[in-house]
Amino acid sequence: MLAFVIRRVFQSVIVLLVVGLVAFSLFRFVGDPVENMLGQERTQADIDRLRAQLGLDQPFPVQYWRFLQNAADGNFGMSYRQGRPVTDLLIERAPATLELAFVSGLFALAGGIVLGIYTAIRKRGWLANFIMTASLIGVSLPTFLIGILLIWIFAVELGWLPSFGRGETVRIGWWTTGFLTESGLKALILPSITLGLYQMTLIMRLVRSEMLEVLRQDYIRFARARGLSERAVNFGHALKNTLVPVITVTGLQLGSIIAFAIITETVFQWPGVGLLFINAVQFVDIPVMAAYLMLISVMFVGINLIVDLLYVAIDPRLRADRAAAAK
Amino acid sequence: MNAIRRALDSDLGHSFRHSPVTIVAAFFVVVLFAGAIFAPLIAPYSPFDPATLNLMNGFTPPMEPNAFTGETFWLGTDDQGRDVFSAILYGMRISLFVGFAAVLLALILGVVAGLVAGYVGGWFDTVIMRVADVQLTFPSILVAMLIFGIAKGLTPPDMRDQMAIWVLIVSIGLSDWVQFARVVRGATLVERGKEYVQAARLIGRSPGAIMFRHVLPNVMSPVLVIATIGLALAIIAEATLSFLGVGAPPTQPSLGTLIRIGQGYLFSGEWWILFFPAMTLLVLALSVNLLGDWLREALNPRLR
Amino acid sequence: MTHPILSVRDLVVEIPTRRGVLRPVDRVSFDIARGEVLGVVGESGAGKSMTGTAVIGLIDPPGHIAGGEVVLGGERIDHLPPERMRRIRGKRIGMVFQDPLTSLNPLLRIGDQLTETILTHLGVTEAQARARAVAALEEVGIPAAARRIGSYPHEFSGGMRQRVVIALALAAEPDLVIADEPTTALDVSVQAQIIALLKRLCRERGTAVMLITHDMGVIAEAADRVAVMYAGRLAEIGPVAEVIARPQHPYTRGLMAATPMATAPGARLNQIPGAMPRLDAIPPGCAFHPRCPLAEAQCKTGAPPTVAGCGGRASCWVVAREAGIVAQGAHA
Repeated sequence: MLAFVIRRVFQSVIVLLVVGLVAFSLFRFVGDPVENMLGQERTQADIDRLRAQLGLDQPFPVQYWRFLQNAADGNFGMSYRQGRPVTDLLIERAPATLELAFVSGLFALAGGIVLGIYTAIRKRGWLANFIMTASLIGVSLPTFLIGILLIWIFAVELGWLPSFGRGETVRIGWWTTGFLTESGLKALILPSITLGLYQMTLIMRLVRSEMLEVLRQDYIRFARARGLSERAVNFGHALKNTLVPVITVTGLQLGSIIAFAIITETVFQWPGVGLLFINAVQFVDIPVMAAYLMLISVMFVGINLIVDLLYVAIDPRLRADRAAAAK
Repeated sequence: MNAIRRALDSDLGHSFRHSPVTIVAAFFVVVLFAGAIFAPLIAPYSPFDPATLNLMNGFTPPMEPNAFTGETFWLGTDDQGRDVFSAILYGMRISLFVGFAAVLLALILGVVAGLVAGYVGGWFDTVIMRVADVQLTFPSILVAMLIFGIAKGLTPPDMRDQMAIWVLIVSIGLSDWVQFARVVRGATLVERGKEYVQAARLIGRSPGAIMFRHVLPNVMSPVLVIATIGLALAIIAEATLSFLGVGAPPTQPSLGTLIRIGQGYLFSGEWWILFFPAMTLLVLALSVNLLGDWLREALNPRLR
Repeated sequence: MTHPILSVRDLVVEIPTRRGVLRPVDRVSFDIARGEVLGVVGESGAGKSMTGTAVIGLIDPPGHIAGGEVVLGGERIDHLPPERMRRIRGKRIGMVFQDPLTSLNPLLRIGDQLTETILTHLGVTEAQARARAVAALEEVGIPAAARRIGSYPHEFSGGMRQRVVIALALAAEPDLVIADEPTTALDVSVQAQIIALLKRLCRERGTAVMLITHDMGVIAEAADRVAVMYAGRLAEIGPVAEVIARPQHPYTRGLMAATPMATAPGARLNQIPGAMPRLDAIPPGCAFHPRCPLAEAQCKTGAPPTVAGCGGRASCWVVAREAGIVAQGAHA
């Protein structure tokens, strides 16, 4: 078990180093940072001084190492466009994105598992068929269209919910939360559904196909042959076996919610990290892009790692195998 | 005629005839593709020729004569007096062009990488598959955005709008090659062990010839399935990027750009500027997706 | 014969497919007396397992019982509502599947799987169910049962797992156990132990067994009577000793000639030419006629009559003629 954990952590670090290299190359080679930082009136002396100050005269590996050190300290330099430290910008925007991702992840997970189980158990029912057809449309729909559709119905036509922004937020330390005010909670509804719907469809389809696969297994037939109730067979036996593989994919899906938040944040003008990133891409604000890339990779790699460990914790067979392998 | 009858009699044709949803989807795909290809012939106006635009025609609702000029537009006009119907036809042209080109790029990259990785193996295989793994950790739309940002940074500012379409193709293509590479590599590993490949090797055919003449035809059906589904994904990716403002520029609007423009008029009541491009994108993406789903079921039920 | 525990009459199972309706079980009739072991043999695809699955009511849709009846202890059970059929499964009919590796839920402790079954069918408390579970494991010969009850299936060997499966099937003391190839997936050295265990437990409790297998050796060792199936139909049924010594149906004769028997050491084994027809291509008349060395003209057209004799019966034109019966297309 320990050997397995160490190996996985090692792999994660490698991935982060590779991503760091990409982010650093971005930083270093896409657009000249010196050009970006100095104005039109500059002398060769200014340029040389800044190059030395930024360490750009050092060999490549040294620069890379320094970049990694800075990144680990949370120092990603200054935004070209806003002239403020990138780290400050990220910290300011993070709560909005994290709260949105949390609510939509919960929505996607709960909805996906419930609907997936329902459509698997009632395989031939009309409601299950309807849900499956609707889910195909859901997968084909681009996220931003769902957002626009929701805005059109609930904000423009019905006027029930706000169409942009976070509503009123409450500041707790450096964190700002929308959970504590009515307008903050209302503002969360449409963006969360928009962001979670696609993931929910995926989770639902996955749970359904896994559950159908499990229901075909011999041990399910044997459970039926022992006269266990449908409830015991479906929930006592099939569900647990279904969720083991589902956890992996679901974890990864939850990770991509953070990335897809870019789209939702743009549609709803949600003041999160994603909106910051897309503005950075539009204006080629390289330090912000690089920092976002590093931030999101840490998040993804972390989620991957947790998912893998969880997988081992749940399945007794793997637990035994790992234990045996570690000996 | 005979060829059509033969096609309908094959297994693929059989499952096609028995799936009404697929027939409807195929119908829409044919109509929309034709509309895009023949846009210059069909479109009543040339929406991007400033000389033909009349600002007086701005914000004309669908099927109603304009208050000032008396002109009528099927699907109305936008703020510039551009005919929405014509704009959709030309926009779809760009969307489909980017979609096809991006899939083609991803396909070529992925198939070559997968074939060589699977056939040659060794360090090349290891490197390719590691890169694929790392890239797969991230959603492809994010990768595409990133590549778009980098490419934009590398192009001179005054060239950016002209290059945008090509940058878009490269971004989406590079973000999607992994699927092809993985499937082709897997299939190649299987094919490599078979006797006909060993026989071809024994009679002294070069590795390149074996890969492309012998192995490739045998891995084509999964590639076809991935390409079809990939086309739907590429169309959506293009629309998403353009909608976010990091894709096709307003001078060469794709469906996504048109939706981005239309979103601004959602609250002021000019719904048609948004609605018709959005519906077109929806029907296009859904139809191609349904075709891909059908193809996957029909060609290879095991591929999921 | 006293009232049989299980009585199957003219059972037909059909599976509708795109290319027509298949009949994996076609007009099969047999009885099993209380405490009796009925062996069912045949090649794979002969309909043995499907017959067992039909009796316990677990045929996967779109397959279904299309005709005939299944009577358990005097009560028809073939068209019971699902909930009533569920109460019969496990409680009155138990079932043992072929592969012990896949028959147990890998994520649940075997003790939980046992107590769950006992609680479903017997009105006992949780603690009593636990105690019964331990007793059941002891009975099937699991050492240190009280401790192993908390183990997961992967911690047992194949033979031990099949013992657990048998404990599960017998947990609620059913009147009939359907054992579908219970030893096929096991090591040869373990097979005899499992058959002996099954036979002993069922004799002690008076449980009848429908023992489905393709292995005549297992039948000879464990069964009281044997039913021979071919292409979904019952070719012959009778006491084991009788069928082995004097097979009536030409298929049974071929089968015996192809089975190594302790009675004739060193004798040559013969094989039946050809292969059993696929379900979508069953020949008209007697399904066996294309491979039958004795086939006559009428075998190709009419369904063979069923002839009783020597404690059993066989469905065959040739046997009927030899027995001096002038039959008119009567069928089994």
